[in-house]
Amino acid sequence: MNWLNPALILLTAFLAVFLEACFGAPRYLLGAQIDLLPALVVYTSLTSNFGMVTAVAVLGGLWFDALSANPLGVSIIPLFLPGLLIYARRGLILREQTYAQFVLGLGASAVTPLLTLLLLLSTRQTPALGWGSLWQWMVMSAGGGVLTPALFRLFDGLENALNYRPVTETSFRTDREIRRGRS
Amino acid sequence: MFRKPHYIALALVGLLTLIVLNLPSHTAARLKLAVGSLFLPLFGLSRASHQLAGKAGDALLPRSELVRQLDELRRANQELQFRAMQADTISRENDRLHDMVGWQRTHPWKLKLANVVARDPANWWQTVQIDLGSRDGIQVDMAVLTTNGLVGRVSGVSLTHSQVALIGDPSCKVSAMIEKTRETGVIIGTASPLDNSLVKMSYLSSNTSLRPGERVITSGMGGIFKEGIPIGEIAEDSRPVDFGLMSEARVKLAANLGALEEVWVLLP
Repeated sequence: MNWLNPALILLTAFLAVFLEACFGAPRYLLGAQIDLLPALVVYTSLTSNFGMVTAVAVLGGLWFDALSANPLGVSIIPLFLPGLLIYARRGLILREQTYAQFVLGLGASAVTPLLTLLLLLSTRQTPALGWGSLWQWMVMSAGGGVLTPALFRLFDGLENALNYRPVTETSFRTDREIRRGRS
Repeated sequence: MFRKPHYIALALVGLLTLIVLNLPSHTAARLKLAVGSLFLPLFGLSRASHQLAGKAGDALLPRSELVRQLDELRRANQELQFRAMQADTISRENDRLHDMVGWQRTHPWKLKLANVVARDPANWWQTVQIDLGSRDGIQVDMAVLTTNGLVGRVSGVSLTHSQVALIGDPSCKVSAMIEKTRETGVIIGTASPLDNSLVKMSYLSSNTSLRPGERVITSGMGGIFKEGIPIGEIAEDSRPVDFGLMSEARVKLAANLGALEEVWVLLP
């Protein structure tokens, strides 16, 4: 069932974009909508292969832009770059540690909106920005940081519930058996 | 740090982004609608679950409460019928006077009810999606309102859904007018990204002095919004900006943009 994890990740990206568009509770409570995609990119880049990181960034970005007033495709690169950086350095990252997951989620969630805004401004778009945007940026970053370890727990739980458990092999091998007595 | 496959992937993703961003506007719009249509089943599911929850809530209401609400609605209906009769008389009188003076008659508004199904997931845009599209006769630049006042304009249309740019979004500038003094200005954007109930009214004459509570309506200039749609009221005294060349005021919107569930689209 090797397809299960990639399918779950892509399904989560799709549902995350839908939930961001349909449920505005964080917007009313905190003044900003929290983006789940950077957290998902962090999870993917620490647990999956590089193709999957690319797929999440491309499809997630396209889905996000389709429901937003963003020009289509503007969110792809801002999602892909943090994923690429984390993937390239993942051998050095303590990926099982909650604080490492939090810091990476915080960083990715902080960088992604900044890069998106940079791209928007360079394509002559005029997004609504002001001093309040600073607060929104902080909420998005902190929210992404908190959600990243939660996402790891969620996927671990789903993996345990839905995937086959690895078979524990014994060290016994018939060809290495020491036969005693006369043959 | 990076290996060859990483550079190749980065180049491919960059190229894809460049291609998509540089597509002709109508192709990009079609592609966006095609990608957005993937969410239609989820929108339908969300709407059905809302309706189910509403029906469950209705079923739990006691009969006495329903009877009380019915009585209230009957009374409100009778009052509105009298007002409609009075408005009809005034309208006929107005038409006669228009004919006598030779002015063009004003036609009553044609409205279509729509449900708000989604909000913009990005924090830097103020747009919503409604469940009416081109098959319902919706076109770009139609005005969208609630019974309280103006909400925005249709900024994109697909077959079954439309995108509405709300007042305060950079793509929805409204030519506005102070109802009492007939002074005109332009609603240019939100006063703060955190509070979408306050917008800035700019390009007012430099010697204007607006007071809180003065009603603001659409001026009818610009060709998108008809004249006389309520926008809101002045929230604080106007102040000179740009070295006194013009004035600016904050307007408290009449419609609650944070809690939109149903809106009306004004058909031509």
